[in-house]
Amino acid sequence: MIECLNLTKKFGHFTAVNDLSFTANKGQVLGFLGPNGAGKSTTMKMVTGFLEPTAGHIKVCGTDIKQDPIAVKQKIGYLPEGAPSYGEMEVGQFLHFVANLRNIKANLLKSSVDSVVQRVNLEKVFYQKIETLSKGFKRRVGLAQAIIHDPEVLIMDEPTDGLDPNQKHQVRALITNMSKDKTIILSTHILEEVHAVCDRAIIIAGGEIVADNSPSEMEKMSRYHHAVSFVSDLDTGLLNKIKNMNCVLDVDYDARLKETTVFPTQGLFIFDEISDFLRKEAIQVKSLKMEAGRLDEVFRNITQTVGEREVLK
Amino acid sequence: MSAISSIMKRELQSYFATPIAYVFIVIFLIMSGVFGFYFGNLYERGQADLIPFFNFHPWLYLFLVPAVAMRLWSEERNSGNIELLMTLPVRKMDWVLGKFFAAWIFIGIALLLTFPMVISINYLGNPDNGLIVASYMGSLLLAGGFLAIGSCISAATKNQVIAFILSVVVCFLFLLSGFPMVLNFFKVFMPQVIVDAIASTSFLTHFDSITKGVLDLGDITYFGMTIALWLYATSLIIDMKKAD
Repeated sequence: MIECLNLTKKFGHFTAVNDLSFTANKGQVLGFLGPNGAGKSTTMKMVTGFLEPTAGHIKVCGTDIKQDPIAVKQKIGYLPEGAPSYGEMEVGQFLHFVANLRNIKANLLKSSVDSVVQRVNLEKVFYQKIETLSKGFKRRVGLAQAIIHDPEVLIMDEPTDGLDPNQKHQVRALITNMSKDKTIILSTHILEEVHAVCDRAIIIAGGEIVADNSPSEMEKMSRYHHAVSFVSDLDTGLLNKIKNMNCVLDVDYDARLKETTVFPTQGLFIFDEISDFLRKEAIQVKSLKMEAGRLDEVFRNITQTVGEREVLK
Repeated sequence: MSAISSIMKRELQSYFATPIAYVFIVIFLIMSGVFGFYFGNLYERGQADLIPFFNFHPWLYLFLVPAVAMRLWSEERNSGNIELLMTLPVRKMDWVLGKFFAAWIFIGIALLLTFPMVISINYLGNPDNGLIVASYMGSLLLAGGFLAIGSCISAATKNQVIAFILSVVVCFLFLLSGFPMVLNFFKVFMPQVIVDAIASTSFLTHFDSITKGVLDLGDITYFGMTIALWLYATSLIIDMKKAD
C-alpha cells in the first residue's frame, strides 16, 4: 500500500510535482498517464526514495519513507526508466549482485535467481553480458531485478517502452499475474496498455492529478462512449437522415476508411435505433460496432486544457 | 555477505571484465620501471635502495589515479544506474566505501606487482627492507588520498573527461603545497609556523616522511583523515547531484 500526501517537488523555480495526493491499495494496478514532463517519473522517483520531496509525506506499507528509507526500499521493487544495469556483467552475475544487496539469504539466493530468470524467460541469456543483449532482453533483466525479492510494492517507469508486440504481451501478462498480492504503479504512454493491465488510471499534467478513475469510467468521459460506428458506402442524403434522428448528436464520416461514426445525444443508447435504420434502408454494412469510448481522446482533452492553462499562467 | 563487500566484489570484477585493469596495470608497471631506472638512475647510483623508484610515485599517481577514479560515480550518473543504486536498500555510505575500497585494492594489486623491483634490489645488495615496506605503505596511502579526491570530483560531474582533468588539478594542488619551490616562496614573507602549516597540508610532505622510514602515526592519521573527509564529501555531493 502506498500513501502519498501533498507531495511537492521543486527543482529551483520549476515545480515538477505540485501538491499531489493519492493512495494505492494492495491488489491494485495503478497506471500513471500524462504527457512528457508532466511529473510522472518525478513522482515515482520520490516514492522509491531516489528523490526527497520538497514537501509532503510518503508512506509505503505503513512506513514513512523519511523515517526509515532503507526499510521502505526493501519493500519496493523498482524498474527505472530505460532499465539501467551494468553492461559489462553477465545476466546471472547482475541478478546475484542485486539479490545480495536486497538481503536475500544465502540459502535462498540461487532459488530466487532461478525462479525470476524462469519467470521473465532469461534462461537463454543467463551467461551473456548485458551490453550484448537486445532491448527487449535488457528490459526483462531490469524487470527481473525489480521483482527478484518478491516485493510488496512494484514501481515501473514505462515497462513496455520499446518492446515489440510479443514482448509487450509477455510483460503485461507478467504484471497481471503479480497484481493479486502486490501494489503496482506503472507509467506509460500507451493507452491500450492502461486497458490491458490497469484497474485504475491517474492522469497527471503540469505536476497535478487531473483525472483519477478506472479506465472504463474514463472512457465514459469520451464523446465516443456508446457511439455506433459502421463501415459502408453512404451518400450525403443518408448521412443527413441519420444526423436528423432525435437520439443523434452528431455524425462523423471518414472518407478514407468509409467509416461512419454516430454520436448519441448525452447518455442515450442508440445501437438498436441505428441498426434498425440501416436494415430499413437496406444499406450494405461491412461491420457494425458500438464503441466503449476512446481513452486517447479523453487524454488529449484533459491534458491539453491543462497545457493551455499553463501557457496562460 | 554485507553490502560493502558485495559492492567491492562487483566493482573489482568489473575492472577485470573490461580492459581498464590490464591497461592500467601494464602502464603503471612500465612507467614506474622507466621512471625508477632511467630518470632515477636506480642502477647507476650504486646504492641498494628503492628511493628513486618511490620518489616518482606521486607524479605517476597524479595521472593514473584520477584515471581510475573518474569513472567511479560519473559513469553511474551518466548511464542512469545511479537511480538503481540509490533505490536499493543500501546506505549511501556503503556505496561510497565499497567503490572506494575496490579501486584502492585494485591500485594495491598494481603496486604489489612491482615486487620484482624488491627482488632485484635484494639480489644486488642489502637494502633496508623495513624501509621498503614502509615506503610501499606510504605509496598506498598516497594513492588512497588521490583516489578519495577523485571519487568526490567524479560524483560532481557526469562527464568523465571533466572529472579526470579536475581531479588531476586538485591532486596537483595537494602535492604542490609541499613543493620546496612553493614553500620557499611563502618563506619570504610568512612566519615559519604558517609555512609549516601549508607544508603539512601536502601529500608530498607526509609521503616523503614515510618513505624516509619514519612511519609516524601522524602521517598515517593525516592520510586517514583526508580520505575520510573526501569520502564524506562524496556522499554529500551524490545527494546534491543525483537528480540532474
